[in-house]
Amino acid sequence: MTDPFNPYLPEVATILETVQETHNIMTFRVRFDDEAKMAAFKFGPGQVGQLSAPGIGESTFVINSPPTRMDYLQFSVMRTGEVTSKLHNLVAGDKVGVRAPLGKPFPVEDMKGKDIVFVGGGIGMAPLRTLFLYMLDNRADFGKIRLLYGARSPLDMAFSAELPEWTSRKDIETTLTIDREADGWEHKVGLIPNVLLEMAPSAENCVAITCGPPIMIKFTLEALKKLNFPDEQILTTLEKRMKCGIGICGRCNIGTSYVCVDGPVYTYAQLKALPNEL
Amino acid sequence: MAAKYISREKLPEWLKALAAERRVLVPVEEGGSVVFRAYDPAKTPVFGSDATAPPKGSIFPASQELFSFACGKEGEDVKPTLTLEAHTEAQPTVVFGSKPCGARGFLIFDRVYMGKKYPDPYYIAAREATVFVTMACDTVENTCFCHWVGSGPADAAGSDLLLTPVAGGYLVEAVSDKGAPFLDSPVLTDGSAKTAEAEAVKTKTREALGEAPDIANAPAALLERFDDMEFWRDQSDKCISCGACTYLCPTCYCFSITDEGSGLAGKRLRSWDACMHFQFTLEASGHNPRPTKAHRLKNRVGHKFSYYPTLHDGLIACCGCGRCVKSCPVSVDIREIVQNAVAKAKA
Repeated sequence: MTDPFNPYLPEVATILETVQETHNIMTFRVRFDDEAKMAAFKFGPGQVGQLSAPGIGESTFVINSPPTRMDYLQFSVMRTGEVTSKLHNLVAGDKVGVRAPLGKPFPVEDMKGKDIVFVGGGIGMAPLRTLFLYMLDNRADFGKIRLLYGARSPLDMAFSAELPEWTSRKDIETTLTIDREADGWEHKVGLIPNVLLEMAPSAENCVAITCGPPIMIKFTLEALKKLNFPDEQILTTLEKRMKCGIGICGRCNIGTSYVCVDGPVYTYAQLKALPNEL
Repeated sequence: MAAKYISREKLPEWLKALAAERRVLVPVEEGGSVVFRAYDPAKTPVFGSDATAPPKGSIFPASQELFSFACGKEGEDVKPTLTLEAHTEAQPTVVFGSKPCGARGFLIFDRVYMGKKYPDPYYIAAREATVFVTMACDTVENTCFCHWVGSGPADAAGSDLLLTPVAGGYLVEAVSDKGAPFLDSPVLTDGSAKTAEAEAVKTKTREALGEAPDIANAPAALLERFDDMEFWRDQSDKCISCGACTYLCPTCYCFSITDEGSGLAGKRLRSWDACMHFQFTLEASGHNPRPTKAHRLKNRVGHKFSYYPTLHDGLIACCGCGRCVKSCPVSVDIREIVQNAVAKAKA
C-alpha cells in the first residue's frame, strides 16, 4: 500500500549555505534533496515551515526567501533553545528536515495597487523580508514602498549584506534605525514607533505590515493608529509555540483560531476580534 | 438487522474467538485501576463499572512513533545522509466493553484528526482498523453527566455494536456496517425475546440521570468571562496542575512531538500532552500566553464547551464521562465551572 500523504514526515533537505547574520541569528539556505518536489514546491510570502534537526526536534520559522526566488528556501534562526542551538552547529552539506508550507500567507492580491509600509524590528524582519522581496520582484504591482527596519544596535541587524542595496534603490524608501548612538552608524537613531511617527506615512490606500518583539508591536500599533491606519490595513504575523503545525496538537490556539493554520498572518482587525490571549 | 443475545457464560467464548483473529482490548483490573488491556482468558474483564481510564489509547496511543530516522556518511567523500521511514499501518483491534462515553470520545477526535486539509494517516488507519463493542450502562454514578452533552447511557454514536445488559446476559445490536458482520458469530443466539427488556434497561438508566441543566449558551457565556480573571482564579483555586483530567479524558487529544535517540539513529514520537501544564504554551522567548493555572483551566473548559463547539456544529468536546471529576485529587468539577459561567451570563 502506498503511504498516504503524511503531514508529519519532513522532506529531507540539504543546507547549501549558512550566513551568520548577528551573534545569535543564523540564516540557512536549503533545497529539498528530491528535485521534483523542489520544482513543484509552491508557497506564499508569510507561510512558515518546521525545520528539524533529527534527534533534537523541530521548530517553526518563516520561509523568508520569496516565492519569486526558488534557488533555495531560506530560514533565519535565532538561537534560543535546544533545536535552534543544534541548527546553529550545522554547516553547508548537512541534512535537515523541512515541513512546509504551513499556515496562511500575506494577502498579496489584496495589496496590489496599494502603498506599502513595512515596519520590522530585529528578527521580526524575517517574515517581512519574504513579502518585501516578493514586492520588489513584482515592483510594478504596488504603489510607494517604504521599509522601516530597526534593531537595538548595528550588530543586531540581520540581512546586513542586503541593506546597502535596500537603502540605495530609488524605487523604494528605506529607513534604518537603532535604539542608541553607535560609532560609524550613518542612519537614524531612535525607537521604531517614534521614527515611524516622524516618517508619517499617509494611511490613504496604504497597508502597514509590522513584525517584531511584542513591546515594539504594541507601540507601533499605537503609532499606526495615530497616523489613522484603519485596523483592516494593518497586518502582522504572530509567533506561538507550535508542534504539529497543522491545527491538531492544540497549543497555538487563541480561542477558535489556530495560529498554525489560520495564521500566522492576521490583520489587526482580526486580532481584536479574538480573545485577548497573545 | 435482528438483535442477538449472548449469555454471560458464553461471553469468554466469544472473546476468545475474536481474540484469535485480532487484538481484543477489554477492561481489566490492574494495580487498583480498571484499564483496557489485551484479552487474556486468565483474567476476568470488569464489565460492570466504567473503566478508570478510557480506551483512548486503542486508537491514539499514549506514545507513538511518527517515523524513524537514520543519519549516515556516504562513501569516501563523507557526505551526510538522512533517511526517514514512517509506518502508518494499524493493528486490527476490537475494543470490547467500553461504556458509550469512551467510544463517543472518538467522535470529537474525528473532526480534528480526519480534517479535510491535513488528515492524520496514523489516526485514520487505527480508526478504520478498530471496532467498538460498547456496553450500555445499567447503573449511573454521581459523576456521570453524559446527558448534558447530547449523549446518554445507551448512546451508540461512535460504536459499532451495542451490548445492553439484560437478565443472564446481553442483547447485542449492530449499529454500524462495520459491526454488522460480528453478529454472525455462532456464539450469539436470537435476541428478539430480549429487546423489550433491553429497552426498559436503557430507559431506566437514562431516567436515573435526571434532568440535564440548560447549558445551550455555554459557548457565549464562557467567552463573556474570558477577561474575568477573578472568576477563573476562583474556579482554578484548588487545581494543582497535575493534568490527570486531561490524561483520563476520552476527548482530550493534544499531543507533543519529541525526538528520541541520539547520534545517528532514532525516532520522532508523538505523546499525549496536557494543556494544564505550564510548559504547554511556553514560547522560546520565555513568553507564556497562559502563565497561570487560571489561564490554563480557562482554555481547557473554553476549548471543550466554547471553541470546539463553535468550530464543529455545536458538538461539545466532552462526553460527560466524569473521569475528570472522579479522578481529580482536589475535586475540581468541570460541571460546576460551566454552570457558574452560564449563571454569571444570565445574572
